[in-house]
Formats: sequence, structure tokens, C-alpha cells
Amino acid sequence: MAAPGGFEGTDFRQERPVFMGFTSTQLIAFGVMCAVLLIAPFFLYPVFLMKVLCFALFACAFNLLIGYVGLLSFGHAAYFGMGGYLAGHAAKVWGLTPELSILIGGAVGAVLGLVIGWIAIRRQGIYFAMITLAFAQMVYFFCVQAPFTGGEDGIQSIPRGNLFGVIPLGSDMSMYWVTAVIFLLGFLFIHRAIHSPFGMVLKSVRENEPRATSLGYRTDDYKLVAFVLSAALAGVAGGLKSIVFGIATLTDVFWTMSGEVVLMSLVGGLGTIFGPVVGAAVIITMQNYLAEFGAWVTVIQGAIFVLCVLAFRRGIVGEIGNWLRVRL
Amino acid sequence: MDDFFGIPAPLLFGQLLLGLINGAFYALLSLGLAVIFGMLNVINFTHGAQFMLGAFVAWLLLNFLGLGYWWALLLAPLIVGAFGVVLEKTMIARLYKLDHLYGLLLTFGVGLIIEGLVRNEFGSSGLPYRIPPELSGAWDLGFMFMPVYRGWVVLVALVACIATWLVIEKTKIGSYLRAATENPALVQAFGVNVPRMMTLTYGAGVALAAFAGVLAAPIYSVNPQMGSNLIIIVFAVVVIGGMGSILGSVITGFGLGIVEGLTKVFYPEASATVIFVVMAIVLLTRPAGLFGRA
Repeated sequence: MAAPGGFEGTDFRQERPVFMGFTSTQLIAFGVMCAVLLIAPFFLYPVFLMKVLCFALFACAFNLLIGYVGLLSFGHAAYFGMGGYLAGHAAKVWGLTPELSILIGGAVGAVLGLVIGWIAIRRQGIYFAMITLAFAQMVYFFCVQAPFTGGEDGIQSIPRGNLFGVIPLGSDMSMYWVTAVIFLLGFLFIHRAIHSPFGMVLKSVRENEPRATSLGYRTDDYKLVAFVLSAALAGVAGGLKSIVFGIATLTDVFWTMSGEVVLMSLVGGLGTIFGPVVGAAVIITMQNYLAEFGAWVTVIQGAIFVLCVLAFRRGIVGEIGNWLRVRL
Repeated sequence: MDDFFGIPAPLLFGQLLLGLINGAFYALLSLGLAVIFGMLNVINFTHGAQFMLGAFVAWLLLNFLGLGYWWALLLAPLIVGAFGVVLEKTMIARLYKLDHLYGLLLTFGVGLIIEGLVRNEFGSSGLPYRIPPELSGAWDLGFMFMPVYRGWVVLVALVACIATWLVIEKTKIGSYLRAATENPALVQAFGVNVPRMMTLTYGAGVALAAFAGVLAAPIYSVNPQMGSNLIIIVFAVVVIGGMGSILGSVITGFGLGIVEGLTKVFYPEASATVIFVVMAIVLLTRPAGLFGRA
């Protein structure tokens, strides 16, 4: 049974990587994305764009697992939320610079991912999803009780501080450029990982795990490393979000957040490089416009889930790629 | 016999009873999940929402049609079960040939829709549902007072679990079900309508969740989140027990309820997380679950 992917049944053209593992079509798409990142803040509200970028990085991290290892983690909010809390705590209480705080967020995600991943990879498929969800709920309960998270209030008024201790990030524009650079670094890192020999082994695990094992790969080790990478990047995304918005709350560790990141990747296209970015942009835009309708947002998100699963399994980018017969 | 390890007896027994009640719900819900999973290979993420729907249908029946608790206990599972049948026919059945994860994502989405709609209609604060007069009051057991309704819930849940077990293990339809779980193609070749059995199994599992919802209505306030809060714990229960055996789900459900109750007495800070800790320990020692087959 094939793992879910954005290119289910697509008949690809033969394309060779031309630059940094990108095929020429992917390079064009990457150029378009960079151009949008450059131009967008002059036309759109930078805070909105930063929110999109934080979630795009989060969704890319999640997609590394589902799209390239075939593991559905239903508890990625744990790494995102804990990364956010610790980065916020580091910036506010310890007075660290923003880049160090965000790195601490990533480190927390990695450690948490190591512990949870080490236990969860003992089971596959839907059990894996249930286990990661249960552990994320445990992290949530921990955050409700732990003193440093501020309980229902969360950590508020986290300072953006000065980048490297010198460049002030108080203005939205300067914060935007930092966010864009971190997002691009994360994006390229994931792209590099997928196209490395390590990434090839991950894909073989997704396609046929027993066969990868019989070829002599310790598939559990590969899965665990991928899990830790994904969790670390989710932690970075969470830390970035705390620094940008100056707030870290329980919403970011709750299971609904885990569901949202699944939805973003699904809408954009599971297993596509650009899908999670597009999905995050679509879902955040939708939430922005529908914010006044309250609980209807949940209903619409649920409806999108149903629609995507029943009729639109390739997602937006997957459909475009299928139409052009190229991997995006 | 006034205290154990410095814990006053009424507190200890009170928490044990609460643990048994929670355990009753864990058992009923994990049983439904296991039956559905065994037959459909779909993990029903809508289960929590269907549990909540059971409670809401009970409330609606009382407030709009004047039908009380006993009618609700009969009608709510039928109504919600019928909804489950429609859901299976129109949506879930299209996904059997795909990766199992799509079934999970679909049912998760349906759960979100139901929860959002109910919250829009009734708010999130919760609606009261009175304990039926026949079951109100309390028994004096000598060492503690036991509310009649709580005893009733534990008893009924046990009966429902045993009845489900009997149907699956001892009846002809149950034997078809077990056979189809093992090898659907072969059972279909013998002339059994397997797709219809899948539909009915899903409906029955959903009805069981709604039944648990009606039982829960007088204990917890009827609110849109009551299912989603519970279902994640039930997933942990299912991982601990393994979905291989019906009795296993029941024993694990009640057992973990008691463990949780005891934790509330001896180390309350950990009571919200103890089941997840047990899950971690079980995964490290017996990855297939206590009653699961590897």
C-alpha cells in the first residue's frame, strides 16, 4: 500500500537536477518563491507574512516525516509549542538574543523529538499517529501545570531584542527579513536532507521498509534521525513565532495545532517540496479572513480535510505538478 | 479500617469509584474503536465527536420532545448509529483501497465539523442533564456513600462490554465478523455481504460511543469538547491494550481508570499524565500492547 504522497499515480517527465538538487522546474518555482518573499512585504502586512512563514516552516518540517518517510505524526504541536515556550522564556527571563532563543527552541524540539520518537517508532501506521498524539497531549498537560509556561496566560510580552546583540528587530520590516532568511535556511536544509543519500534511504523506508531492512539499513535509526530533524525544525518554527509575536500560549501545544499542520501539508500537497508553503499560506489567509466567524473556522477546516481526502489527495502543488508532469 | 498508608478511606474509595467510572468510559470507547478497526482497518477519529453527539441527542430528546433518560438510552445510539452508517456509506467506504492514514484524516475532519457545528449552535459552556429520578440518591455502604447513578454507570458499562463480547465470540454473526476481520476476500467468496457487514459494524461501533455519551451526560456537563478531551486518552488506552482482543480492551479500560484514580490519591500532580506514562512503559517493554498480537 503506497504511502500518502502528492504525486499518487503521476507519470513524470525525466528531469535531472541542475543546481543544488533542484530540477530546472523546481529552480524556477524556487525563484518565484524568493521573488514573492522579496516583494510581498511592500504590498502585504508584514506581520501576516511572518505568521505565514512561521507556519510554512512548521509545515515543511512536518512534511519531511509524512512525505518522505511515510510517518504521520499527529503530535507536532508538542515540538512547535515547547520550542515557542522555551524560546520565549530564554528571550524574556534569561535575556538572550533572538537568534540564540530560537536555537534553544530548536534544541528543545530536538530533545523532545528524540525521546518521543525513540518510543513512537516502535509502532507504524495509525498506531504511530495515535502514540504521537497521546504524547503531545501529555506535553500539553505538562505545559498547563508547569510554572514557567504561565498556565492559561502563557508567556506574554516576549522582547524581540537585538539580532546578534546589535541589530534591533523592533520594526516589523527588519523582523520580516530575519524571518524570511530563517525560513529559507530551513527550507533549503530540508531540501538538502531529502536529496542526500540519507534522504534516499528515507524514501526507500517509505516505499518498502522490509526491503530497506534487508538491504542492510537500520531503518529505525533513519526514522529516528528524520523524526528528530523534523521536531527540531518545528521547534525553530515555534521559537520564531514567539519572538515575532511576543507571545507563547497553550494554543500552540494543543492537539488542534497538530491538526492544523496536517491540514496545511494536505492542502498544499503531501510529499511535495513547495506544497506545505502554499498550504500554510492558504490556511493562514483563510483563518485571517474568517476570524470573526469564530467556531465556523473549525467547521470549514474540517470540511477542507474531508474534501481533500475524498477528492483532492494530491493537494494544490501536487495537482499542478501532476498537470505539468514534474515534481514540485 | 479508617485509612490506608495515611490516606482516609472515604477519599481512597471515592477516587477508586471515580476511576472505575472513567474506566467504564475508556472501556466502552476503546471497545468501539477496536471493533471498528478490526473490521474496517480505520481508526475512527470521529469517535469522540460521536460520543459527544450521543450526549447532545439525549439533551435534545429531553428538551424538545420530552423524552427522558430511558428513551435516550435507546434512541440516541440508534440515531447516532444511523448517522454513522450514512458516513460509512458515503465517505469512509471510498477509502478502503487507499493508505489507512486517509481514513484517519477523513474521520478527524468529520470530527472537527461536528464539534464546530455543535459549538456554534450550543456554545461551549455546557448544558446540564439531570440524573433520572429512579437513579438519584446514594447508598450508604458503611465505609462511604455511593451515588446510585455512578454505580449504575459502572454496572451498565460492564454489561454492555460483556454483551458485545458475547455477540462477537458466541453468535453466528459474530463468527462472520471475526472471519471477515481475518480474511475479507475469502468470506465474501462464501457469499457473505462483506461491505454491508462493514457498514453495520461501523454503525454498531458508533452506536456504542453514543450509548457511552448518554451514560456520561448526567455525570459530566454536556459540552462540545467532552469527546475530544476523552478520545486522546482512549487512544492511549488502545495503544496500551492493543486492539487484538475484545476482553483485552475492556480489562485495560477499567484497569487504567483505576490506575488514574489511585494516582489522584497518591500523587495528584501526575493524574493527568499517568496513562501516557503507562503507555510509554508498555511501548518500551511490549510494543504490541498488553493484549495485542505483534
